[in-house]
Order: sequence, then C-alpha cells, then structure tokens
Amino acid sequence: MIGRNSLFGPLDPAPDAGYVDAPARKGFFTDTSVCIGCKACEVACKEWNDVPENAFAMLGTSYDNSHSLNANQWRHVAFIEKQAPTPAPTPEPVSLGMPSVGAQPSDVADEEKPDFQWLMSSDVCKHCTHAACLDVCPTGSLFRSEFGTVVVQDDICNGCGYCVAACPYGVIDRRRGPEGDPKVGIAQKCTLCYDRLSDGQKPACAQACPTESILYGDVDELRQRADERVALLHERGIMDARLYGNDPDDGVGGTGAMFLLLDEPEVYGLPPDPVVTTKDLPAMFNRAGMAATAMLAGAALSFLRRR
Amino acid sequence: MRPPDTAQAHHHGGSPSRARGSGRGGDRVMVPEADFTSYYGRPIVKPAPWEHDIAIYLFTGGVAAGSSMLAAGADLTDRPALRRVGRLGSLVSLALSMGALVHDLGKPSRFINMLRVAKLTSPMSVGTWILALHGPFAAAASAAEVVGMLPARWQRGPLGILLVLGRPAGIVGALTAPPVAAYTAVLLADTATPAWHSAFRELPFVFCGSAAAASGGLGLLGTPVDQAGPARAFAVGGAAVELAAERRMEQSMGISAETLHQGTAGRWMRASIALTAAGAVGALAGRRSRALSMASGAALMAGSLCTRMGVFEAGIASAKDPKYTVVPQRERVDRGEQVRYQG
Repeated sequence: MIGRNSLFGPLDPAPDAGYVDAPARKGFFTDTSVCIGCKACEVACKEWNDVPENAFAMLGTSYDNSHSLNANQWRHVAFIEKQAPTPAPTPEPVSLGMPSVGAQPSDVADEEKPDFQWLMSSDVCKHCTHAACLDVCPTGSLFRSEFGTVVVQDDICNGCGYCVAACPYGVIDRRRGPEGDPKVGIAQKCTLCYDRLSDGQKPACAQACPTESILYGDVDELRQRADERVALLHERGIMDARLYGNDPDDGVGGTGAMFLLLDEPEVYGLPPDPVVTTKDLPAMFNRAGMAATAMLAGAALSFLRRR
Repeated sequence: MRPPDTAQAHHHGGSPSRARGSGRGGDRVMVPEADFTSYYGRPIVKPAPWEHDIAIYLFTGGVAAGSSMLAAGADLTDRPALRRVGRLGSLVSLALSMGALVHDLGKPSRFINMLRVAKLTSPMSVGTWILALHGPFAAAASAAEVVGMLPARWQRGPLGILLVLGRPAGIVGALTAPPVAAYTAVLLADTATPAWHSAFRELPFVFCGSAAAASGGLGLLGTPVDQAGPARAFAVGGAAVELAAERRMEQSMGISAETLHQGTAGRWMRASIALTAAGAVGALAGRRSRALSMASGAALMAGSLCTRMGVFEAGIASAKDPKYTVVPQRERVDRGEQVRYQG
C-alpha cells in the first residue's frame, strides 16, 4: 500500500503494511533513570534468542565491554561517566527507630566526593515507524510484523549489508562470527522477541529487568507513561530528563522503542536528530533521472558531428 | 580499575575544542571545527560492510553503461571499430561487475534472492531489475559482435539470428544503459552514511559523468583516431561534468566533505581529479595521435576508478567517525530546525 505518509510522517506501521485487524503496536519504554547497569537484559536476550558470544575485548574506556549494538548484541547497556555540575546533596537520614543496616553515614565532605555520576542506558533496536533497514532491503528478508515491529528472516537475507548502512541508529549488522555459526554473513538484530510476543509473553529483556527500566507494552500506552514519568522527574528537579523517540512527527515517524534520557542523546551514542534516509528517496531518484537523461543526451550529441 | 579520563571519554580525540557554531573562517565555505559529544568516540551509524569490490562494481557498471551507448551510436553511424570496442567493453564490464557483486554477497545463490521482490524503496532492488532489463540486451549485442568475428561458415543457423538481432538489441541496450550508470549514486545516497547521503543531489551527475569519461576513454583506447570522434566527445564531456559536479558536491555536502580530502579517500580523489583533467586535455590534444589518444583514454578510465574508490572510502570514513553524524544533526537541533513532519 502506498499512502501519503509511506516514506515519512506519522502512521501506524502494521495496518500500513497491510495487516487487517492488527493488534496494538508493541514496543519498549526504556527509562534510563532507573537502570542500574546490571546487564540482565543483555544476558536474557542472548539466552532466549541464542545469540552467540560477541568478540569480547577489554576496551579500556569504561566498564562497558560489550561495545555496541550489533549482530551479536541485540541489547547493549551503555555506561557513561558524566561530569556532575554539582555533587548531589546527601539526604538527611530519617530515623525509623530500627537497627541500622549498611554503611555508616560518610564523614567525607561533599566537595571531596568524586564529581561524576554514572549514566546507564540499555539500548536496543528502535523498531522505527519508518524503518530504513526495512525500506532498503532488496530481498524482502526484513518485514513488518503484525505488532508493528521489524524482523529479519535470516533464511532469506542474502547478506548484502544494505540495511547496515541504511540504519540511522547503527543497530543492524551483518554477523561476523563465531566461526561455524550458520548465520555468519546474515543481518541480525532485535526482533522484539517476535516468538514470545506471538505467545502473549513479554520480550526476554523486559522480563529480566529487575528495576523495570525496560517496560514493554502498547506503544500508545508507553508514550503516555513516558510523558508522566518525565513530568514527575521534572517536578523533582531533574530537569535533564527528556524523552527520545516518542515523537511521531520526528525524522523516523517515532520509534517503537523510546527512551527517557538524562543527557543529550549523543552522550549515550544515539544520534541527536535521526532521519530515515528514504525520506529523500523521491528527490534522489529525480536527480538520478536527470543525470541519466543528460548522459543519454550527451551520448547522442557525441555522434552528431560528421566525420 | 581506574575510571577513565572523563574529558577524553566525552570528547572525540583529535577534535580541537571550539565552541559549537562559532564563526565561519576563511574564504571557503567550511563548517567550523566542531566540539561535540559522543559515546567514547565510537561510531553511531555503522559503515557499510562492503569491500572494494563494491567500488569496482560501481566503476564497471559505469563502463558497461557508457560502452553500450557508444556501441549503439557507432553501429548506427557505421563506425565498426568503435562498435566492437563498445560491445566487447560492455560485455566484459558487465561480467566483471556481476563477479564483484557475487563476490560481495559470498555465493551466487544469494543473488537469486534479489529477484524475489521488486521494491521501489530499495535502490538495490531497483538496480537489480535495471540490470536484469539492460543486461540481456547488452549481452545479445555483444554476442552478435563475437559471432561476427567467427568464420563465415559458423554464422548460419541460430548464431546467424544473433547477427540480425545485434542492432535492435544494441539500441535497447543503449536506451536502458543510463539508469545503470545513475542508480549506483542512489544506491550509495540512500544510506545513513553521512558523506554519501549528504551528496545525493550531485552524486548521480558525478557518477554519470565518470561513466561517460571512462567508457569514452575505453573507446579512445581501442579505436583508431578516424572513428574515435564520438568517444572523444563523450569522454571529454563526461570528464567536464564529473569535475564540475564533484566541485559543487563538495560545497553542498557540509562537514562530511572533509572526508573527501583526508586519508585514503583524499588520495583517491586527488588522483581522480588529476587523471580525469589530464585525460580530458590529452584527449582534446590527441585528435590525430593514436598514442596520445590511448594514453588519455587510459588516464580517463583510471580517473573514473579513482573517483569510485574515493567516494566509497569517504563514505566509510564518514560513518566511522561519529563527528559526521553528530555535528550536523546537533547543529540542526540547536538551530531549532529538527527534522519534523509538516502535516
């Protein structure tokens, strides 16, 4: 189906893809303000989806050694050391008249405490409303599921790698190893646990998240919860809280996976203003048509002069 | 384990710190040195997992397209030597480009998956069908040329039919050739790779000019001077378009134009400009000299190959450095011009 918003703009992706009576669009709301960086989501994802081990290397830049989202890493927890402008004040302990547990109150002055804080964020495929990977796939290997998510059929993928270059978030990748894995050379990414969703279950990462940093549900409802959560944080004075990917009028038509961030997106390795590349596709084909016509005319002109 | 240096962790190494958006220096329109934040300097978009065979594919596709156009023109204007070079050049280039494509995919059977669907939103799918349309006609015309070179007693029967089909097939091949040269620009531009996407307006002209220069160069290389006139005109015109479009492209593509001047890509692009300009001048000067014509033709072909390599490498470099992803987008956001749907 080709509609006015087929390449850009807000729409409900599953009905646009031709599903009749599609269920509500499903997605994630990742609230990084409660992420503790435990990486349970990374592990649960690997376990459930049988994603092989990545090339683990001590990167020496932070405690994050799983590097990035790629074919062998469908959830990735970023660890960011952020310079804190002012040390967070320690709240006065409230006596409950109970035996005390844990460390004694610190007698280190606030200004002598480290002036940084950790930001942690579990990143995942965004399941864009306008998914560049899906648009450019030449084989139909990538498809839109009835839940509005984007899934790769790895028995059809021919490993051309076009989706890899097209994704504005750098999510999807061609699997490079380990040796002997049947899916080497095939594009891989988060399926939003398509198999679990079909069975009425939560995706593995959301199921495993101990702090409910990863919420799964209907996108409309998640957007509402995200708005409420960011309003609450603003009320509490955390003015850096902002939403990412929740806006259906943004460059990718809004994403199925949205995030509550505590700093600029690029701090987390996310693009500040991603745009689906196919937005400009009509202009690209027009320019190519002009160039092709000019080339044909040039060839004809070359033969005009008599010898 | 010592916590990493925060300053280094948050700022991309090698980028001098200067305030974002501070003035434009010099007489050239250049984007200011950018201060920007990234996640430990790691890339945001992924570079295309393609090797040089894709750059070679772009080059051979261009030579094949231009050659079949020259061959059809030569056929219609009775220039047998130019027709022969054009047809055989188109056949060899098509074969090489298919080889490069299959090599990139890993195994031939994967090419078959490309024919499962026809998708207008995928330039690779569109390109597959353009090639599927152009290829058989170009190949039939080339086959006619080969049959014509066989002894007369073999030119009867089915092979003889090919001789008759040569001209019409060649004409259809020529008419379907320009999209073969142009679609590769859309193929690169329809990605999140900063240097490719930001060049989408001019890249088709760079590639079509480059294809004309290379195929005209091949014509000069293989044709005696008395028949090479159209190849010369096509080559010189193509070289001029390529050089002009490339200049314009650098001015319009913003900060990622840097990648065309740096490192490996910079070397390819400098070689491309030198070879293309020298080839064009030599082609104009060598009207009566076969040797000079041949040297110019070779230079034009080499220049075209360098253009493809340069543009390819620049794109990969622009994807690997988060600066080219973050800075233009961040500037857009800071100006309040975030890309939004205007309903």
